[in-house]
Amino acid sequence: MISEIRKSIIAAIWFSVLSFPLVALKVDYLEKSIHLRWDNLAIIAVGTFFISYVWRYFLQRVEKSRQEEVSGGIEKVSSAKTETSAQKILTRLVSLSHSKPLIAILLVMIIAFPFASSTYQTSIIISTMMYIVLGLGLNIVVGMAGLLDLGYGAFYLIGAYTYALLNFNYGIGFWMSLPIAGMLAATFGVVLGIPVLRLRGDYLAIVTLGFHEIVRLVVENWDEVLHGPSGIPNIPKPGLFGFEMGFNGSTTYLYYITAVIMVIAILVIRRLNISRVGRAWMALREDEVACQAMGIDTTKTKLTAFALGAFWAGIVGVLFAAKSSFVNPASFTFFESAMILSIVVLGGVGSIRGVILATLILILLPEYMRFLKEYRILLFGAIMVIMMVFRPQGLISDAHHEYELTPRPAGDGIRPGMSPEFNSTTGSSSNNQ
Amino acid sequence: MTESNEILTYFLELFSSGLTRGSIYALLALGYTLVYGVIGLINFAHGEVYMVGAFIGLIVAGIMSIMDFNILAILFVTLTFAMIYAAAYGFTIEKVAYKPLRKAPRLAPLISAIGMSIFLREYVILAQTPDFVSFPALIPKPEFLLAIKDYLEPTELLIIVSSLTVMILLLVLIKRTKVGKAMRSISQDREMAMLLGINVNQTISMTFMLGSLLAAFGAILIAAHIGQINYNIGFIVGIKSFTAAVLGGIGSIRGAALGGLVLGLTESFATGYISSDYEDVFAFSVLVLILIFKPAGLLGKATAEKV
Repeated sequence: MISEIRKSIIAAIWFSVLSFPLVALKVDYLEKSIHLRWDNLAIIAVGTFFISYVWRYFLQRVEKSRQEEVSGGIEKVSSAKTETSAQKILTRLVSLSHSKPLIAILLVMIIAFPFASSTYQTSIIISTMMYIVLGLGLNIVVGMAGLLDLGYGAFYLIGAYTYALLNFNYGIGFWMSLPIAGMLAATFGVVLGIPVLRLRGDYLAIVTLGFHEIVRLVVENWDEVLHGPSGIPNIPKPGLFGFEMGFNGSTTYLYYITAVIMVIAILVIRRLNISRVGRAWMALREDEVACQAMGIDTTKTKLTAFALGAFWAGIVGVLFAAKSSFVNPASFTFFESAMILSIVVLGGVGSIRGVILATLILILLPEYMRFLKEYRILLFGAIMVIMMVFRPQGLISDAHHEYELTPRPAGDGIRPGMSPEFNSTTGSSSNNQ
Repeated sequence: MTESNEILTYFLELFSSGLTRGSIYALLALGYTLVYGVIGLINFAHGEVYMVGAFIGLIVAGIMSIMDFNILAILFVTLTFAMIYAAAYGFTIEKVAYKPLRKAPRLAPLISAIGMSIFLREYVILAQTPDFVSFPALIPKPEFLLAIKDYLEPTELLIIVSSLTVMILLLVLIKRTKVGKAMRSISQDREMAMLLGINVNQTISMTFMLGSLLAAFGAILIAAHIGQINYNIGFIVGIKSFTAAVLGGIGSIRGAALGGLVLGLTESFATGYISSDYEDVFAFSVLVLILIFKPAGLLGKATAEKV
């Protein structure tokens, strides 16, 4: 106990010293003034004292459960015993989300939502659903195929600009633009995919990031055609057979369109996951060489992953343009790509339900933390770190962790004579949905 | 002045400003490459350490210039303080955001790094200012360099020379000292290094501190040269330096230095001769082109795939 307190005091002193120049001092050398702000420093000292105490307590618990998992690998593989209470809640949530009544209730809630709340709330939920689709799309590339893509926001931009430009120049409407934008984004996905086929891991990451920056900067600088940094205004919302709806009505209509697209995306990606190409993606993710040896065309597999992932970003781009009725390059910075990637990783790479849960947290949390005013984004960054430290495998970890060759006790659902790998493969496809 | 002379002057101008930029990229790229070499992580918060270093430097330099110190003394103390503090920040970031994730899936530390980067930016906005602030011109202009003023900006020459010196020192440190040896051994095989009695945690901390130190060094030099900083300076420089590290072959020290210089020169010449709007586009295009033809970077070794 005393040693714990001593550690916390050390942490408090360390962080006070660390933050002293930035937090306690404010110097203006031109006007020759030095402000000392001791009160800020006191808050930091007291705050870090308690935070470090809580931090170490939870970290120890996490470490302990991890060690138990390692040491008890053979005796108690059934992970239920080593689960902490938080994990239990999560597993319960996961099993709940299988149940048909719950899905039905959720669907009813989604349908009823616009009638029960304000336009502002509705538009927040629209963007949440958009991010769910974006997360699912990137999940194809990162989660299933294992290709680290930091430039996913570029396809989102391409989708949004496709609608904006088609509408601005030729007056083409929402419904025509939707498939065009999707296809165009998918084409760009292949265009990016071809040169980077040979790259892997972090090289791929930085090239995709570069691709994103190139696309954004070209849009920003090509004033004549792409309208430069000022963007394109007055993008119409989708119409319903020429029926005038007003702002609230058209937002509600867009809400339903987004909801339908989200449901389609979930269904399609769920099916993709257990399809032939989905299994090829997973094989690619696990081991590229072995995958090739099994006769899978890795070129084609990678390109389909890029194209299908980008397709959804293009679709959401159109939704974004329609929702905000204005596009400019500043909406599609690297932060956007990082945000979508965070959704995928926080949700648990490869898991669809994880993506949905993570989007709810990452998009709704900052939205409803507005009372924290300027500390909102600071806390957002901190939460990202905290979540990763305490749950690095994501909220709902994908079944592919089960590929490890741990011998399982009999009666664990494995028929004798069936190899554990086979069991976990079938397990993964059913768990993934 | 004849026309050919003008062309030459313009060329030299671009060349020296490219080298200046390049040496800053190289200093940061070394930080990326060191960390990547040792724990295989893209340290997205590295650009933010650079930015924090610049702000610490601004505060120290501000206090000292109010107290009317000699400019050389200010430069020296500012550099020292900024480097020490940046090292402390690097150390703390590693302990908080990366160390608990050593055995986690590969993407987890990446997201934690992005979170850390967001946190640090907001921290500086809240604690200091969201606006641009001017940074005092600390780099002296010695008499003997004024003679070549027509061809080379004296401050640029000093930045290039001092960062090259630091890079050479780093190379010596990595090649000759015990710490350097420990770093190299961890990058080859962490578990084996542990078995041979190398304190892995300490060495990883050292690596982060070393990288942060270099970043702060570069930050002070360039801030004093350009004359203003804000909370956002770390982001784009960070991304470009990482690009430089990849360009040279990530994990390779010489590659990082070379990549930084190549990137700086490319940007400078492309801006000067083609168009200044597309400066960053050129940088990334060069990256994409080089990686397509040399997937492991300029000096990186293509590792054979083990089957």
